[in-house]
Amino acid sequence: MTFSLAELMVVAASRVFDDEGEVLATGIGLLPRLAASLAMRTTNPDLMMTDSQSFMLSAPNPVSGLKTHAGQSNENWMGFSRVFDNLWSGARHALVGPSQIDRFGQSNISALGGTYASPKVQLLGVRGFPGNSIRHANSFFVPAHSRRVFVEGECDVVCSIGYNPERLPKGYALGDIDVRQVITNLCVMDFAGPDFQPRITSLHPGVTLEEVRDQTGFDVAAVEGLGETPAPTAAQMALMVELDPEELRAKQLKGNPPGIRDVTAATQ
Amino acid sequence: MDKLVSAEEALSVIEDGMTVGIGGWGPRRKPMALVRALLRSDVRDLTIVAYGGADVGLLCAAGKVRRVIFAFVSLDFMPLEPAFRQARESGSIEVTEIDEGMMLLGLRAAAWGSPFIPTPVGLGTDVIRNAPDIKVIDSPYDDKEWVAMPALPLDVALVHATRADRSGVCEIASPDHYMDDWFIRAAKHRVVSVDELVTREHFSDPDVARRVYWERNCVQSVVHQPGGAHPSSNDPLYGFDVAHFKAYAQHTSEGGYDAWAEQFLGADEAAYQQAVGGLDAIQSLPLPAY
Repeated sequence: MTFSLAELMVVAASRVFDDEGEVLATGIGLLPRLAASLAMRTTNPDLMMTDSQSFMLSAPNPVSGLKTHAGQSNENWMGFSRVFDNLWSGARHALVGPSQIDRFGQSNISALGGTYASPKVQLLGVRGFPGNSIRHANSFFVPAHSRRVFVEGECDVVCSIGYNPERLPKGYALGDIDVRQVITNLCVMDFAGPDFQPRITSLHPGVTLEEVRDQTGFDVAAVEGLGETPAPTAAQMALMVELDPEELRAKQLKGNPPGIRDVTAATQ
Repeated sequence: MDKLVSAEEALSVIEDGMTVGIGGWGPRRKPMALVRALLRSDVRDLTIVAYGGADVGLLCAAGKVRRVIFAFVSLDFMPLEPAFRQARESGSIEVTEIDEGMMLLGLRAAAWGSPFIPTPVGLGTDVIRNAPDIKVIDSPYDDKEWVAMPALPLDVALVHATRADRSGVCEIASPDHYMDDWFIRAAKHRVVSVDELVTREHFSDPDVARRVYWERNCVQSVVHQPGGAHPSSNDPLYGFDVAHFKAYAQHTSEGGYDAWAEQFLGADEAAYQQAVGGLDAIQSLPLPAY
């Protein structure tokens, strides 16, 4: 069975929700949302998800091809104000795609370079990252693993709290912070090393440890017996077709590379 | 009490230097006709508080703004708001960048007459480092530190609803009223624009009465402006105008605010609507599905 790198990443990302129980799963962006939807349909049917607008759904909507919200499986009204009421309880896991991530698991979606008064590049703003990161679990999704994303120093704007002792608020322990997994186009990482240091937990098929380290701006360890990121199963592939009928997942990574690298092409 | 006035009359209370909160969210249910009336006025040096979209972008580009208090400024399908981006990167505006939830708490504090609301939101991030006005305090009840999110009192709130009667009973029939109730409650003076003007009897239906999120004594002015949220959406009446947002992005990035204003703003709302294809076209814009 052939599968794309995007599909491999979606399946890997869906696993962050496996043991979460009854939490609000929020995937921002098409592939993260597909990953959360896949988890809700397979490993964790207790997950909760909104329609990205104002209702909680009992079953995820497709991530592509939706013409109307009429007839969807509404469970309760869930306006944006109420999302905060629920997420500040802690029972949420967000899967988001920051522009920068540093060795502390801090992340940035606000701005790049320059100063607070005049950034070189204005991005979105901090959005809900500060509150999300101090109140519930977060995982990251990175479609293009590079030193531009995994920066050498701290993020240009620290939007989410991470495992940085220097920024730890009074009365908190590093273990109170809950950065989970990082799914990239090269590998899966977490921050479960000694002193919450980053480490690689699996490499995608054909990717080398050296390549990941070369593309990462900080030192990253690897788990003992480092293995390969598991390929999607036939059932997962079929569900991705169902949840993304217009195949927008094929348009999210540049060139839609295959899940198993073409070694012949890579050596040319 | 009859509160129905024109947009110009309603906005005559706004003076240079005031703090104005704008309801809606990104490209959704923004009081854009009121924003356009502000663009045509000579008011300036405003502090804007908003979950921002083109409202914030346009006001910045037009030189109306001294400071923006924001968590994001985005058009959703177009993640980066072009005019806001220019204003930020040129350093032409001051900002206070806060978390979306901090803004909600700040509005609530203002509404409740509290100087601040303690929260863990913002701890450990640059939100606190970059905004010296936002203090971190000890708690009398535990050994942790807390962000004391200050009240965000508004001089004026601008909100767009679905329907209202002349006395200011307002219905939001959209799937979400966002934080509009808190913008209204945090403000001294509130202006609500609506697509449809109705009589009081409209609200006797309990399902409709449940879609009234603040009381009429929270409203000073009602402005009847069909299509008044354009180019943002006013679900269920019309969706947002992707084509116009693209034209807006192109005009503002190539010729600046003046290029957009020259082609679209017009001397009044009727001229604006004509320039963007007419009210029928606005009311035919399809609702988005996410």
